[in-house]
Amino acid sequence: MAVSIPKKLSLDKYGPLIALVVLVIASTILYPRFIEIQNLLNILRQVSYTGIIALGMTFVIISGGIDLSVGSMTAFAGAFAILTLNAVTQSLVTFSPFWLRSFLSILAAATVSVAIALVGGAMNGFLVTKGRIAPFIVTLGTMAIFRSLTLYIGKAGEFRSVNSVYGEMGMSVILGVPLPVWILFLLAAVLSFVLNRTRFGRYVCAVGSNEKVARYSAINVDKVRLVSYVIVGLMVGITAILISARLNSLSSTNAGKDYEMDAIAAVVIGGTAMTGGKGSIWGSVIGAIILGIINNMLNMLGVSPYLQGLVKGLVIIGAVSIQRGWITNGRAEK
Amino acid sequence: MEAIVKTEGITKEFSSVRVLDNISIEIHRGEVFGIIGENGAGKSTFIKILSGLYEPTAGKIWFDGKPVEIRSPADARKIGISLIPQEFNLVSDLCVYENIFLGEELLQKNGFLDIKAMVARTRELLSELEVSSIDPYARIQNLSVAQKQMVEIAKAITFDSHLLIMDEPTTMLTSKEVEILFRLIGRLKARGVTIVYISHKLKEVKRICDRVMVLRDGAFISLEEVKNIDTDEMARRMVGRELKGIFPEKKSVAGEVALSVRNLSVEGLLYDISFDLHVGEVLGFAGLIGAGRTELAETLMGLRLSQSGSVTLHGRPLRLRNPWDAVHAGLSYLSEDRQGSGIITSFDVVKNITLTSLKEYAKPFINQKSEVEKSKFYVDRFSIKIPSLSAKLEQLSGGNQQKVSLAKSIDTGPRVIIVDEPTRGIDIKAKHDIYGFIRELANTGISVIFISSELEEIIGMCDRVLIMRGGSIVGELPQERLSEEEIMYFATGIKGGY
Repeated sequence: MAVSIPKKLSLDKYGPLIALVVLVIASTILYPRFIEIQNLLNILRQVSYTGIIALGMTFVIISGGIDLSVGSMTAFAGAFAILTLNAVTQSLVTFSPFWLRSFLSILAAATVSVAIALVGGAMNGFLVTKGRIAPFIVTLGTMAIFRSLTLYIGKAGEFRSVNSVYGEMGMSVILGVPLPVWILFLLAAVLSFVLNRTRFGRYVCAVGSNEKVARYSAINVDKVRLVSYVIVGLMVGITAILISARLNSLSSTNAGKDYEMDAIAAVVIGGTAMTGGKGSIWGSVIGAIILGIINNMLNMLGVSPYLQGLVKGLVIIGAVSIQRGWITNGRAEK
Repeated sequence: MEAIVKTEGITKEFSSVRVLDNISIEIHRGEVFGIIGENGAGKSTFIKILSGLYEPTAGKIWFDGKPVEIRSPADARKIGISLIPQEFNLVSDLCVYENIFLGEELLQKNGFLDIKAMVARTRELLSELEVSSIDPYARIQNLSVAQKQMVEIAKAITFDSHLLIMDEPTTMLTSKEVEILFRLIGRLKARGVTIVYISHKLKEVKRICDRVMVLRDGAFISLEEVKNIDTDEMARRMVGRELKGIFPEKKSVAGEVALSVRNLSVEGLLYDISFDLHVGEVLGFAGLIGAGRTELAETLMGLRLSQSGSVTLHGRPLRLRNPWDAVHAGLSYLSEDRQGSGIITSFDVVKNITLTSLKEYAKPFINQKSEVEKSKFYVDRFSIKIPSLSAKLEQLSGGNQQKVSLAKSIDTGPRVIIVDEPTRGIDIKAKHDIYGFIRELANTGISVIFISSELEEIIGMCDRVLIMRGGSIVGELPQERLSEEEIMYFATGIKGGY
């Protein structure tokens, strides 16, 4: 009775992890200093910004959608984080003690950043569900809108923070591990639980697998899809804080550039099907790390930065074609 | 008799589970070759091997006396084998002639599409099939199920098939359309086309087939001239034992009114629908395809919005604006379209069963243990045959999928359940089981709305029957007046006004 098909399933499930292990071993052989703890922490820090966005993107893609606006929205929310930070810092300039003043201004900046990104995500979700517009089109539109607004407000220049504590927070290291890395893993743990153990998570998979069945199963399909865009918005808001704090400034032209590509790539490499229906949060984390390691190795081996996109592209295409092979056993299904 | 297809030792295994065991047969040129068996007996696997969708684990095939290897549907088509599948392979955004010539378009000398020739040929084919009412320019999505099937058949015979495989061709057809299909089979046969005919409807097999092969649990049971075997004997061989009384005993104790529908209307679909459903009653809804029965069910479930009318459940008025309100109020729906709106084929058994009722298991986090326990309960109760609880639904046979779908519909704890074509496309054994479960549900006080196009089961199952035509209820028959003739009088408009 219990003769199932564990072999295929386990490859399906652990494929990205196996790829990561192979990549780490290969990198260590090619370049022994790769495995040094400082280098590894650097890689993790670098991938944590788009990695956090990829967590939210996983929900959107499983539900059958896509969000191209995350990069622009990061810049937009980050810009407002810094503007708020500066405004609050300056208006509280006589307020003491110093630590409380810094805390309040950072709190205000973070709140604004998250609130803006939540509203942005909800707007995407609303247009997709109530507006009945394809997610690709909606978020292509909002991608342009958020970038344009950021450039306009920043006059195509930089938003500079006047609060040095903000920058220190961005560079802070807790128990030897950078803050963004902590946040990435913490959020991954929470969202993985949400995906696997809550009604919302199950519904996201159902909606992405077969929207009509979901509707007939009394699932509020529009709400599920809307919430998935709100979640990615929340992740964007958090990333916007971390990235603007890291340099204690934010470039209106460059901030968040190509984040949508890196986040989608991480999700896909992590084994989530672009067609929706199933996926894994930890897979997306692994996907993001794989991308980071590849970048790191290409740098260390002195490959031209112009060629790094080529390698990234090949990895994405390769990952998907391998997954397709695992799932259908190399044969097109009916 | 000359053999067009000969198989020797055809065997198919899926991860070491043998689903087809050592089939060695000959199909004669120009015959109608019936294959019968329960779901999971191996019928579909066998024809999928013949049409190149599966490769056999072992065994050989000869076509026209020559050994062949059929690796893909394209291979099969090349040697002259066409499959008309149960789930159609038509592109719904393209029109009829485009579908018929898809991938094999006719070209003018200058390389452009020869649309005129394709349309003309399509018209010819359709009139040959006696369905010239189908416009070659009509989009597939605007056709009825029966019309789609005719297009599938037209597509198959365009390309000179020597062997035409029909998988459950009459499941979706009205009796008039079945007659057209049978006449067509007669003409194809006269042209020397060989037909492999799979059906659960033994009367049809008896009528249309020359020989019939019986499969059971993947094994060959018998192959015999149809004239030497009656339908009872076919059924016995399929299940391997005697089937007595396929319908459970009725136990009509008309309780109080559970669901009361008054003057319900949906523009263009339903007109002034009023009826009462009693506690523990199995109320049949008969009618031709398109009479509005499914639309009524969808309206009650909040999947369609009504313009006027009222619905009360146990005296309490319901506002049915969306499906979750309907489920919360105690209504449940088993869809007629199992794979399209009933189950998620890529989900496992457990996740399907608890999909609608997930709230009960998530407080606020999903209790996987109680999900699994509940699923085990249903698997036992409905004798669902599965390799394991984590098996995906796509691995199950139609009958077992339907049982999972039924379990899903009752796991919400409904007071009223609407079952829409609950036995479509499933075998006798599973039908028998499902009839029994539905009657059991009614006996526990659940009210059942039983929608079916099979008059036999409407009469066998229902305590009372309403007949719909053109979006209205046109007649009501109490149990003692139920007969196929009476129902058809109402359904076709001989009785019941207008």
